[in-house]
Amino acid sequence: MSNPTVANKTLEIVVNGEPRLVAEEATVEAFLVAHEIDPDIVVVEANGVILPRDRFGVTQLTAGDALEIVHFVGGG
Amino acid sequence: MTEATTTRSIPTDSAGLTPGWELGGRTFRSRLIIGSGKYDSPETMVECLEASGADVITVAVRRVNLDASDETSLLHYLDPDKILILPNTAGCYTADDAIRVARLGRAAGLSDFIKLEVIGDERTLYPDVEGLLTATRALVEEGFIVLPYTNDDVVIARRLEEAGAAAVMPLASPIGSGLGVTNPLNIQFILDAVSVPVIVDAGVGTASDAAVAMELGVEGILMNTAIAKADDPVKMATAMRYAVEAGRLAFEAGRMTRRRWASASSPTEGRVGD
Repeated sequence: MSNPTVANKTLEIVVNGEPRLVAEEATVEAFLVAHEIDPDIVVVEANGVILPRDRFGVTQLTAGDALEIVHFVGGG
Repeated sequence: MTEATTTRSIPTDSAGLTPGWELGGRTFRSRLIIGSGKYDSPETMVECLEASGADVITVAVRRVNLDASDETSLLHYLDPDKILILPNTAGCYTADDAIRVARLGRAAGLSDFIKLEVIGDERTLYPDVEGLLTATRALVEEGFIVLPYTNDDVVIARRLEEAGAAAVMPLASPIGSGLGVTNPLNIQFILDAVSVPVIVDAGVGTASDAAVAMELGVEGILMNTAIAKADDPVKMATAMRYAVEAGRLAFEAGRMTRRRWASASSPTEGRVGD
């Protein structure tokens, strides 16, 4: 998806079922930090495959990527 | 005449009253497993955890809310070095979904334990036992320590054991119902049929329900709503701690034989006026 009014190029990905625009070349870690999410307490699945935590900083997002970002909440 | 002033203190540390027990290759002290859901606040949940003496607490795996960055993870409140944090697959209606959630839960890096739920009916939250067996086999293959929530059916319990489950966890009555052990005979059948630990999971409403379940000889009880939705959750957590201990002690002690007619406890000879 292109938008000529935005200087930096963005790309669209799907995170937790919702479309999101992210800066081109952003990593998973950059996305988490931008959303104030502590990378140490979440688990990320990228395109159906769990991403090891030590790959967050080196995995670049590409258009159409589908991320699931989950954590532990109260439950029985 | 003066009253005797001796007071007996209630033991506050249940460790040592009954021996520890083994589950999935680990030894646990408490036979009470609690859920972390439905509490009014995480602080109350932590207080209840401490009051209950539980060594294991269940958690759910859910999407992070990207638009609420102040949302707090339960991991901020629980110490994985002191307690086993047991992820569940609650809310999954297919084996595939449950397997996916189990993998996500394990990827948090805390343990290989998973409380496996594959739900088959929305109103009763009864398990889909076909999906449960499929998911159990797949997850055991992947090295998980699988603790399946199941119905109180001896045939399914045996199949789960054959599939490699580390325990079987039959319901006492529907999740969150508080109806207690509605069919103790079925729990007894399961106890007689499998050699893995049997843990009653769901349905306990109050302390006597927990004692009843433990007196059957189950290894432990998993409960959530009974504590979280009591008027005073911390007090109920304490009650459950003692009820589980009491029930286990009674089971180990072996109850007296039931009899139809009375049997006097005091001597029938030497009565005054005889």
